[in-house]
Amino acid sequence: MASLDPEIAKTQEERKKMEQQLASLTSLTFDTDLYGGSDKDAYLTSIPANEDEENLDAMDNEVARKLASYTAPKSLLKDMPGVGDADAEVGFPKRQRIIDREDDYRQRRLNRIISPDRHDPFAAGEKTPDPSVRTYADVMREEALKREKEETLRAIAKKKKEEEEATKAAPDKGKESDAAAAPKRRNRWDQSQDEGAAKKAKTSDWDMPDTTPGRWDATPTPGRVTDATPGRRNRWDETPTPGRMVDSDSTPAGGVTPGATPAGMAWDATPKLSGMATPTPKKQRSRWDETPATMGSATPLPGATPAAAYTPGVTPVGGVELATPTPGAINLRGAITPEQYNLLRWERDIEERNRPLTDEELDAMFPQEGYKILEPPASYVPIRTPARKLLATPTPLGTPLYQIPEENRGQQFDVPKEAPGGLPFMKPEDYQYFGALLNEENEEELSPEEQKERKIMKLLLKVKNGTPPQRKTALRQLTDKAREFGAGPLFNRILPLLMQPTLEDQERHLLVKVIDRVLYKLDELVRPYVHKILVVIEPLLIDEDYYARVEGREIISNLSKAAGLATMIAAMRPDIDNIDEYVRNTTARAFSVVASALGIPALLPFLKAVCQSKKSWQARHTGIKIVQQIAILIGCAVLPHLRSLVEIIEHGLNDENQKVRTITALSLAALAEASAPYGIESFDSVLKPLWKGIRQHRGKVLAAFLKAIGFIIPLMEALYASYYTKEVMLILIREFQSPDEEMKKIVLKVVKQCVSTEGVEAEYIRNDILPEFFRNFWVRRMALDRRNYRQLVDTTVEIANKVGVADIVGRIVEDLKDESEPYRRMVMETIEKVVTNLGAADIDARLEELLIDGILYAFQEQTSDDANVMLNGFGAVVNALGHRVKAYLPQICGTIKWRLNNKSAKVRQQAADLISRIAVVMKQCQEEQLMGHLGVVLYEYLGEEYPEVLGSILGALKSIVNVIGMTKMTPPIKDLLPRLTPILKNRHEKVQENCIDLVGRIADRGAEFVPAREWMRICFELLEMLKAHKKGIRRATVNTFGYIAKAIGPQDVLATLLNNLKVQERQNRVCTTVAIAIVAETCSPFTVLPALMNEYRVPELNVQNGVLKSLSFLFEYIGEMGKDYIYAVTPLLEDALMDRDLVHRQTAASAVKHMALGVAGLGCEDALVHLLNYVWPNIFETSPHVINAVMEAIEGMRVALGAAIVLNYCLQGLFHPARKVREVYWKIYNSLYIGAQDALVAAYPILEDDEQNNVYCRPELMMFV
Amino acid sequence: MQASDRFNINSQLEHLQAKYVGTGHADLNRFEWAVNIQRDSYASYVGHYPILAYFAIAENESIGRERYSFMQKMLLPCGLPPEREED
Repeated sequence: MASLDPEIAKTQEERKKMEQQLASLTSLTFDTDLYGGSDKDAYLTSIPANEDEENLDAMDNEVARKLASYTAPKSLLKDMPGVGDADAEVGFPKRQRIIDREDDYRQRRLNRIISPDRHDPFAAGEKTPDPSVRTYADVMREEALKREKEETLRAIAKKKKEEEEATKAAPDKGKESDAAAAPKRRNRWDQSQDEGAAKKAKTSDWDMPDTTPGRWDATPTPGRVTDATPGRRNRWDETPTPGRMVDSDSTPAGGVTPGATPAGMAWDATPKLSGMATPTPKKQRSRWDETPATMGSATPLPGATPAAAYTPGVTPVGGVELATPTPGAINLRGAITPEQYNLLRWERDIEERNRPLTDEELDAMFPQEGYKILEPPASYVPIRTPARKLLATPTPLGTPLYQIPEENRGQQFDVPKEAPGGLPFMKPEDYQYFGALLNEENEEELSPEEQKERKIMKLLLKVKNGTPPQRKTALRQLTDKAREFGAGPLFNRILPLLMQPTLEDQERHLLVKVIDRVLYKLDELVRPYVHKILVVIEPLLIDEDYYARVEGREIISNLSKAAGLATMIAAMRPDIDNIDEYVRNTTARAFSVVASALGIPALLPFLKAVCQSKKSWQARHTGIKIVQQIAILIGCAVLPHLRSLVEIIEHGLNDENQKVRTITALSLAALAEASAPYGIESFDSVLKPLWKGIRQHRGKVLAAFLKAIGFIIPLMEALYASYYTKEVMLILIREFQSPDEEMKKIVLKVVKQCVSTEGVEAEYIRNDILPEFFRNFWVRRMALDRRNYRQLVDTTVEIANKVGVADIVGRIVEDLKDESEPYRRMVMETIEKVVTNLGAADIDARLEELLIDGILYAFQEQTSDDANVMLNGFGAVVNALGHRVKAYLPQICGTIKWRLNNKSAKVRQQAADLISRIAVVMKQCQEEQLMGHLGVVLYEYLGEEYPEVLGSILGALKSIVNVIGMTKMTPPIKDLLPRLTPILKNRHEKVQENCIDLVGRIADRGAEFVPAREWMRICFELLEMLKAHKKGIRRATVNTFGYIAKAIGPQDVLATLLNNLKVQERQNRVCTTVAIAIVAETCSPFTVLPALMNEYRVPELNVQNGVLKSLSFLFEYIGEMGKDYIYAVTPLLEDALMDRDLVHRQTAASAVKHMALGVAGLGCEDALVHLLNYVWPNIFETSPHVINAVMEAIEGMRVALGAAIVLNYCLQGLFHPARKVREVYWKIYNSLYIGAQDALVAAYPILEDDEQNNVYCRPELMMFV
Repeated sequence: MQASDRFNINSQLEHLQAKYVGTGHADLNRFEWAVNIQRDSYASYVGHYPILAYFAIAENESIGRERYSFMQKMLLPCGLPPEREED
């Protein structure tokens, strides 16, 4: 007995505690242990006035502050990489170097040089240009020379190769592989009949769309290159370093393939042409003999090590030196890349630790007595191996341009040297650009030029690495002083920085911004530097980052506006037929930007000339590509110029060069796509060559032609479309069998475009297309490639739109039982889309049976994780069949029940999900009993432990409840709800969301089935739900409060909510205020307002602010109903608007705003004017949220009271002696003016005319009839 | 502008305001404001047909004449700008 007593006492105590808690709900006490004491300092001092702001949280604000100088939509800003301090980077993706994400093709940008300044004929006037400056003629000559050189090299290489093949063919004739390889190569896509074979792989230049670097026509990838030309080795192997040579395969000629020249050689440290490289005796030496000096060449360092990295093909003599004519500062450390720099530092560190001990050190280490210092033997010679010496002072490349840096023993490499004068931290890779700043030179001793340069460097360093405020001032200074600094010094500093190989996105963004700002200021002074800038900016146009592309476009468009069309053309013309495809590609894109900036008509004559160039096919190709890019860039704005653009390029369809033909067809496709659905008359002239072309060509050209046709046919009138479709269809059907993936995609696309055109009849499609189409495309292999899959589904759906459901579904329904799951999924997705589009009316009884059988099979057999396709398909079919499913429902339900009991969680989840998809149809089929049964089954599974599955089960229950209603629900609601209450505690998002939806539904429709006590219990649980991260859950919770309040009366719910205002967590309080407002809305404000206003008497910041915020929401929700309550709350708002606390005033102001907007025109002007008198003194607030709320309140007053009254408030301060006052008043005046310009006319003050004969009066308003 | 002001909606507000010709600023003088007022007034008269008709009756002119004269007056509604004091 005695042992029981304490236990009983304990339970009694607990019960008492519980009761107290319950009791406290109705009073104002709250659990101080739970909620903590009221330390006001710990509270947040601001509750933003509306919900959007609430989501801008602390971290957000921080970012916003840092990013404020960007201008972009907020949603985008949030995604941008962070800047500034390291601690602010938490949560952002790691900084990324641009070079790390670039592919080989894009890295070719580093092969380009920043060309020397050019002559500006506009500035020079009539003068003959100084021979030292480069004129247009010089550049063109250089280009021609380069091209000639390239041609010669190619010819030599070709000849060599021929000889070699001849020799090779002689000894081993039996070798078949070579012979097999040759024809295989001829089949390649970008084969041109008239070119040396090797070149093509490198210069495959189809339309590279902006976004998809991986498209077939985009860029050559190394892998592709190798498999296409069997004889060629990977370009990584091309370095003729002795070590490599040994392990490469025995044909040194393999690496000699002429096509591998310019671009591939970027990696190659030796400036020798690999085409010329014959293995020398060097080969015998082991690599151990080498000095470590060549280590540097292992790293890609094109930008930094000028002469070494450039390939003879691309580089004119001179390199960077010409571009930056101040060698001193740069060359001091000029040729060191960061990687080498690190290496250097590390070595130095090791050296330092392992250096021989000095006599002093030895003295300090050993005792003075007992040791004797011996003389070294006479024969001793210290070891001075050259290797060690070399290690100590590495000469990275040994190129003639490199100067050995002076030794600076004292320099500490591991500690960043303190940058003088408050400069930001320098990264190692910055030293070569900004190293000069570290020299502690006396500024006065420098020449003015050098001083200027130093200044620019300082500012750039601040922009690049500085803190946001530093960056901002530096940017402004650069902008303001741009003309003073001069274009030359500025660009000579900025542009090399942009070529830095270790540049990060953020840094590039900033530097590009500098260029943008400076451009505005310099205007026509940029002319000599246009090409330089283009070299740096053009790569942005093909960046994979969308924002980089946009930025690049913006700069180029500004540049062309500053420099003018003539200069732009002069600068870019030489690049149009550059030998490097990369240069031509980027130039074409840049030209399209110029066209969009300066207008297409201005560029047309030039384009025409280029497209007809006789000299080189490259020029024609680029010209036509410019047209394509224009179409892609400006879209439907090509329409006015469509005819002239088509005329310019149409001859390209018959060009002798295959590439030109291809790009012409692609350009036509782009033009047609851009101008759709108009402009068919402009394409009249190309129809014939296109249709003739598809009969003549094969392979890639044919694909391009088909693509063009595919885009042109939808523009045609029905009659023509049908005719031309029939013409092209023959070819298409033939190409159905093409093994090439790209051809397949294009064919599918064209079929889709043709079929969707008006004039093509169903009968024709059914008879002529469908059999071949299904035979060739509906095969398992198509389901394996993602893009093929998509395209095939889309095309089939489009065909189904024409020929109807039955034909298509009938053909593929059997495949639902195919043994390949991806294929089944493709079939299911197609059926789903077709049936959703067209319904199931055409499906006959037999097909219906097959279909249901098929989907059941496919549904049951699925194993992969991506289950949505099957679910959606099942749902779509069942919903489309409607009551026709009735016969199959028992079978379906049997399957579901069986699978609900499955061991695998995934299967259970799918089964539950399926119930929610087909619930509506079950109701249609009057299978309520079956549903009730399923309800009970689901109810039994509520103990499910996998949250994902539990969420689905709750969702299924919800759909059943929705369909059969509260009264007929089994299990009855009064049993179901108590079972749900504990589930509300579950923290899993999916469970929470489904559960709260279900509870809310019950509260809304069937609250009377559940006792009030249960609802109160749920209320407590709901408070916790307000903490959820997902907005949907919070919204559902808040709405549920409204339903519950409606069901059991607002008092108890309100008490709970008011108590919750005392918690610390802001999100919780904000949601509570919304809930209070909703309760007030659903139960009429008069049931809530008294308690709410009473709560304002609690002397606590959070509570009072919560009350005010609730009022704000309340008046927002009740709108014009507010007119009955405005007088009641006015005293409270008066008090709040006079409170010392800012947030009080802010929140009250936003309440006033909503109130004013709600009661506009309902005769509450007296109260509003009264409130305006309280709001008005707050106009001088500086805190952004407060002033914002106040301004909005005044705007609200303008609506409610009329502009004239507010104007009268305003007039007193417009010409106040204090500027600060005037500024605020004018701001108010301006928003008033924008809001109600017309209404102000009648209310402006009467101004008296002044003595200088200025008439200010407005006599018209005095007129009276 | 204060530091806090620069990043919030208010800076955008001022930008927005600056796009409208008739808005003012702290350095606006009496003459400039009056010109804005006058132009707004004339634009309003011309834009509201009933007002135009009313003026026409009061002045015994045709409506078209009234409209024309209002538009003409919008050119220099207050006469030539006064000499600026050196500041």
